[in-house]
Amino acid sequence: MMLDSKIPDGPLAEKWSKHKFNLKLVNPSNKRKYTVIVVGTGLAGSSAAASLAELGYNVKSFCFQDSPRRAHSIAAQGGINAAKNYQNDGDSVFRLFYDTVKGGDYRAREANVYRLADVSVNIIDQCVAQGVPFAREYGGLLDNRSFGGAQVSRTFYARGQTGQQLLLGAYSAQSRQIKLGKIEQYSRHEMMDVVTVDGQAKGIITRDLITGEIESHAAHAVLLCTGGYGNVFYLSTNAMGCNVTATWKAHKRGAYFGNPCFTQIHPTCIPVSGEHQSKLTLMSESLRNDGRVWAPKTKEIAEKLRKSEIKVTDLKEEDRDYFLERKYPAFGNLVPRDVASRNAKEIVDEGRGVGKSGIAVYLDFAESISRLGEDSVRAKYGNLFDMYYQITDENPYQQPMRIYPAVHYTMGGLWVDYNLQTTVPGLYCLGEANFSDHGANRLGASALMQGLADGYFVIPYTIGDYLATIGPAAVDTSHPAFAETKKHVEERIQKLLSLKGTRTVDEFHRDLGLIMWEYCGMARSEEGLIKAKGLIQELRASFWKDAIVPGTNEEVNTSLEKAGRVADFLELGELMVDDALDRRESCGGHFRLESQTEEGEALRDDENYAYVAAWEYKADNSPEELHKEELVYENVKLSQRSYK
Amino acid sequence: MSENMNLTLKVWRQKNAEAKGQMVTYSAKNISPDMSFLEMLDVVNEGLIKKYEDPIHFDHDCREGICGSCSLHINGRPHGPKHATTSCQLHMRSFKDGETIVIEPWRAAAFPVIKDLSTNRQAFDRIQQAGGFISVNTGGVPDANEIPIPKVIADEAFNSATCIQCGACVAACKNASAMLFVSAKVSQLALLPQGQPERYRRVQAMVAQMDAEGFGHCTNTGACEAECPKEISISNIARMNRDYFTARLIKDEV
Ligand SMILES: Cc1cc2nc3c(=O)[nH]c(=O)nc-3n(C[C@H](O)[C@H](O)[C@H](O)COP(=O)(O)OP(=O)(O)OC[C@H]3O[C@@H](n4cnc5c(N)ncnc54)[C@H](O)[C@@H]3O)c2cc1C
Ligand code: SF4
Ligand code: FES
Repeated sequence: MMLDSKIPDGPLAEKWSKHKFNLKLVNPSNKRKYTVIVVGTGLAGSSAAASLAELGYNVKSFCFQDSPRRAHSIAAQGGINAAKNYQNDGDSVFRLFYDTVKGGDYRAREANVYRLADVSVNIIDQCVAQGVPFAREYGGLLDNRSFGGAQVSRTFYARGQTGQQLLLGAYSAQSRQIKLGKIEQYSRHEMMDVVTVDGQAKGIITRDLITGEIESHAAHAVLLCTGGYGNVFYLSTNAMGCNVTATWKAHKRGAYFGNPCFTQIHPTCIPVSGEHQSKLTLMSESLRNDGRVWAPKTKEIAEKLRKSEIKVTDLKEEDRDYFLERKYPAFGNLVPRDVASRNAKEIVDEGRGVGKSGIAVYLDFAESISRLGEDSVRAKYGNLFDMYYQITDENPYQQPMRIYPAVHYTMGGLWVDYNLQTTVPGLYCLGEANFSDHGANRLGASALMQGLADGYFVIPYTIGDYLATIGPAAVDTSHPAFAETKKHVEERIQKLLSLKGTRTVDEFHRDLGLIMWEYCGMARSEEGLIKAKGLIQELRASFWKDAIVPGTNEEVNTSLEKAGRVADFLELGELMVDDALDRRESCGGHFRLESQTEEGEALRDDENYAYVAAWEYKADNSPEELHKEELVYENVKLSQRSYK
Repeated sequence: MSENMNLTLKVWRQKNAEAKGQMVTYSAKNISPDMSFLEMLDVVNEGLIKKYEDPIHFDHDCREGICGSCSLHINGRPHGPKHATTSCQLHMRSFKDGETIVIEPWRAAAFPVIKDLSTNRQAFDRIQQAGGFISVNTGGVPDANEIPIPKVIADEAFNSATCIQCGACVAACKNASAMLFVSAKVSQLALLPQGQPERYRRVQAMVAQMDAEGFGHCTNTGACEAECPKEISISNIARMNRDYFTARLIKDEV
């Protein structure tokens, strides 16, 4: 199949309004004859569900948590970008567009990113109307901050819990439609597969996580808003339940997977404290505004620190290496996320890491505290310092924090066209789950923006075009495709439940995470990736022989839930490795050892790799086919990033 | 850095909503003080799974104190001994080697047990659906800065908006009252100018749904505020009561 991104022609700034005009409309009185399934209740899903229900469509909404308000979006801290230019500091839709394309290291579509920047301003209006309590100034107007190294202040925020407040806004809109009967909410339900009829998405199969019942749901269209797959690395900043199952199943039913190897690694997380570690906690990157990153100058000193033979606070200046300041004098501690992360890893690989495990570097506030005073540091970062103290039992006012990078976000996801439709007609993908607008690297505060843009302002227009084409004839689950898909799901569950081996599902998951982190994380090489591919295949084979999945289907069974998700991660992992192997360039968050400058910095290769890699599933255990969507840049000039 | 600990757990086990539950004793060995409480349970569960036994079921997701999933009643207190801390943010260094820890689910008629330590809290969703919103559709809203809101009001609304819908307030209350939770949402929207048009209808609808769900009455013991992980203030309840009585006086908003 040829990839058709459906990007409208015409000047960049007019594409979206022109496109909206050209899309078919569904007659208002016909809207109630259509049913749309929305899987996921994060920012993308709940904003889509509410907006479609308001238009008059019937919506069925699904999430695996016990309430739609608990979707992973709730955990976002920092903020949401919008080109409001309230600060009069030179921001504009074009500037937000430009920064986002550049930040994504020129691997995102111009047209999509421009639309994102364009609708960003409407998002803030919508949220405020819903009662979202953004931070305000004394004059009563909205406050902004500069985030992630942006030159303008365009980030709207709600203390350290922007995600929760935005999600509660969307959840309230959704709740209103549930009460009005336009949305049927299915919480504690997991989508197990997509049902396609004649190549079009017509419904889904779900499992009731309380009774185990396998149910069929029919609809005119299906929206997957199921979030990112960072948990393929086992340890990440994602919530425990984040998984790839929904999009992976869709992939196996014909939806291409875009740029699977593009993951974002966040430099400032609290390091792993031991084997038992179940997840990682992010510390806002704003900390790098006042903290200095360093490591001991030599392996020997690091060793003594690890064994607590010397105290970090006793270490002399000449024994410290402020490696970011040393290597990148222009940007210092404020280099972008990918550069900061990669350098921390290099230090640890050299044996200069600190903490008991040796897998951390320091983030030191001593200088800021002596310059600004402890009180002003507390005013700025008090809640973060408290959180750090609570988790590590170390007081960051008295000794440097220990930090280490962690997987945070996945830019890859299902390939979608300009209408957010996957390669399966009637199947759409929104939010972090799609391959999206962030190219090879996402800027801070832009994921929330994208999720809400997709749900509030893009899908309500684009879905009408498809629905008007297929017509409002009633849908039901009587087509044999439903029974077949349901049977397929049931057989897989039985296969999982028959696993009575010796190792727990979590043990397999942890092993997979280590392979992914080591070979398909920040730095990659052909040799390492080939090795990883073999290791994943072995691990997958071993999982299907030696995992333990206790219990039955007809009960609450978290072991079964996890087993299904990890089995999918074990397949996705291999595709990520294949994608990384194909991309022989350093790009965004990924450093390809074979592609570096003489100074050892990342070297992008626009000539050969300015494309979206869209992978087509063929059959189990056989190679996927790569399709390329060439990226065309007409409005921005491609340049190598340099932070020296 | 203190040494690893050995603990005894007494855990409520209940196969499903209909089954009769009971306390079961487990030992948790070699627990690092750096583990979170839920990681300690993970370790115990890994041991159970290896013996082909049913792991202890509990709700959790973010493990960062924000999603409101985790809901453990630990040693007689919702979310355990540490002030303003959810179960997932509690660390094992709050316990001592050799200690016995009693772990139960939330106990409230409106929160029936689903399995072991997990309860059904959808009553809270239904209260939100009754009126916890501002009736605006997507699109067609004014520019965000057309509605200036004094910072003190915005901050106060924010304080109420930080509720994570966990239900600890209900679990803490001897009457299983949901007043703290409901009043937090009512207050957030009652304080903001956007919330005014539906202010009185909202409070009536949400309180009516709260009563219909079978939550108990508030007798001002203050246990909810003391156990709330987000330090939601009990003054929200007073605000809600005022609005509720005003609403009954005006009947419908004119
Ligand atoms: C700690 C942290 C901080 C962050 N901070 C920021 C920030 O400051 N600014 C920013 O812009 N971005 C931030 N991000 C990124 C951002 O939060 C996410 O990318 C975004 O919220 C994803 O939203 P979503 O709607 O796509 O998916 P999610 O919020 O992940 O929602 C996924 C939904 O899908 C459901 N689901 C998944 N699989 C299934 C299935 N098989 N069956 C049924 N339901 C399913 C889930 O139940 C859930 O409802 C942060 C991320 C993390 C981890
Ligand atoms: S008021 Fe506090 S205790 Fe009650 S649900 Fe909200 S956060 Fe939880
Ligand atoms: S698991 Fe999310 S608040 Fe505890």
